[in-house]
Amino acid sequence: MKLHNISFNNLRRRKAKMAFLTTGLVVGIATIVTLVTLTKSMSGDIERKMDEFGANILITPQQNGLAMNYGGISLGGVTFDQQELLESDLERLDTIKNRQNISAVAPKVLGGVQVAGRQVLLIGVNFDKELKIKQWWKLFGEAPKAAHELMLGSEAARVLNIMTGDPLEIKGERFTVTAILDQTGSQDDSLVFAQLGVAQQLLNKQGLVNLVEVAALCSGCPIGEMVLQIAEKLPGAKVSAIQQVVEGRLKALDQFRRFSYAMAGVVVFIGSLIVFVTMMGSVNERTTEIGVFRAIGFRKSHIMRIILLEAAVVGLLAGFLGYWAGMAGAKLALPFMSDGNQVQLVWDGLVAFGSLGLSLSLAILASLYPALHASKMDPTEALRAL
Amino acid sequence: MAMIEVRDLTKNYASGEETVEALRGVDISIAEGEFVTIMGQSGSGKSTLLSILGGLNRPSHGTVDMAGVDIYQLPGEKLADFRSQKLGFVFQSFNLIPYLTAVENVMLPLAICAMKSKEKQSAALEALCRVGLGGKADRLPNQLSGGEQERVAIARAIVNRPAILFADEPTGNLDSKTSLEMMGLFRGLNEGGQTVVMVTHNPENCDYSDRTIHLRDGRVAASA
Repeated sequence: MKLHNISFNNLRRRKAKMAFLTTGLVVGIATIVTLVTLTKSMSGDIERKMDEFGANILITPQQNGLAMNYGGISLGGVTFDQQELLESDLERLDTIKNRQNISAVAPKVLGGVQVAGRQVLLIGVNFDKELKIKQWWKLFGEAPKAAHELMLGSEAARVLNIMTGDPLEIKGERFTVTAILDQTGSQDDSLVFAQLGVAQQLLNKQGLVNLVEVAALCSGCPIGEMVLQIAEKLPGAKVSAIQQVVEGRLKALDQFRRFSYAMAGVVVFIGSLIVFVTMMGSVNERTTEIGVFRAIGFRKSHIMRIILLEAAVVGLLAGFLGYWAGMAGAKLALPFMSDGNQVQLVWDGLVAFGSLGLSLSLAILASLYPALHASKMDPTEALRAL
Repeated sequence: MAMIEVRDLTKNYASGEETVEALRGVDISIAEGEFVTIMGQSGSGKSTLLSILGGLNRPSHGTVDMAGVDIYQLPGEKLADFRSQKLGFVFQSFNLIPYLTAVENVMLPLAICAMKSKEKQSAALEALCRVGLGGKADRLPNQLSGGEQERVAIARAIVNRPAILFADEPTGNLDSKTSLEMMGLFRGLNEGGQTVVMVTHNPENCDYSDRTIHLRDGRVAASA
């Protein structure tokens, strides 16, 4: 018989109380594990979605005083003289150190054309990549797939009096408008969108692009570094980060994380309260028992050791069970949270050991006062019979 | 030589704005190997006296010398150590730990002693045998009768071979037949050299002791 036998026997033979205390802690730890795991698992997904939502790096040709006016650069009219980038140079983007952070590269070629007696700005794009970057676009009709299909901005469609399915002739070539872009409030409303290759041909800029929008995943890579890496690979280009987009995303992600941790903090507080109240109740219930311990010569430190050892055992058990319950909860919740996408559950050793450590510390800290209270009990008060 | 020497013992309790004098200048001397019963009406101060003698309740004034040690002058937790090494207690309600078996309850005072587990086990079984309960060592308190629980409580009190055995109304919750058995047990322990100090309401229990101290209003009224 040693002090730990007293603790273990109490836990073993007071199963209902132990189960209540453990359950309280398990719920707390499981909630934290679920929240943290969901946050970790979702962070990547949310980050990817946010990063795909618009470009955050812009590549333009080195300017010689000329201004464009698209995507943050000035054009100064529909007829302009400017330098272009070679489309083939863009392959070098695949050689930068942080190439895995590049989510989408959307090159564009721009030029003025005569359509139905009006000067309009024709833009050649890769529709798949453009739609990936500009997820807020709402199309009436189907995005162009074939070479001789076009998409019109809402303002361009209004001015040219064109509807989905109407034919349109540009430089003697016949096209079909398959989609009208819903009003965006941006310069996109006034544009005529064609396939990149077709636009290059019409504008006589084969193999050239005027600007490239890049959606980069900011995770684990400062956007400034990626800008430098791209600039190094494309010496003739001006590479710039759209800082407000980058900062905005980081802030949004930070807020998401903060919210999760604040929730976890609330749960930790409630968990501590459950342990504290239960241990305090247990100590008060064991007043006589503690009186007997003191009467037969147990020191205050002996009483504290008995109570804290019980708390530690409960804490470890709850940490273990809470971790697995939390991971199970995260696995169940993830499909609902991730909008049906294939988001991988993150198994993090830090969360496993963290939940054990947290549960143990929580149980011990919340039991410190009850244990101290127990050790300070006056044996005569505790026994009452004497 | 006196095993217990009490001088001018006073104990005051605060009760609201009033001070209640539970003990008023008590002088007692108990010899080694003596069996002393303490009697008195409710409120006479006998339980207070027993708790002070047992090192559980610090007196307001006076000294308690036990085996040559002024116990209330012991620093810090030394008094707890003294209780552990020199004193044994039998409580009125037995106060067995409900989640420990009979033998575990008896081993409780040894939990803080530097002894091997086997030695503790055999000491506890030996104590249980002395009180005639060797066959029920693995039973929990709720599986034992009142008399058996009392026997376990006595075994727990004597397992560490204390110099003095204190008992507070040990027959208060027992029927008369079991009470007689228990008093015989205490007598037997005393005849083996054990100093016993017992608080009791029952005058019949005094027949088993060497001497009875009568308390009245916190003072020793008679000692014979």
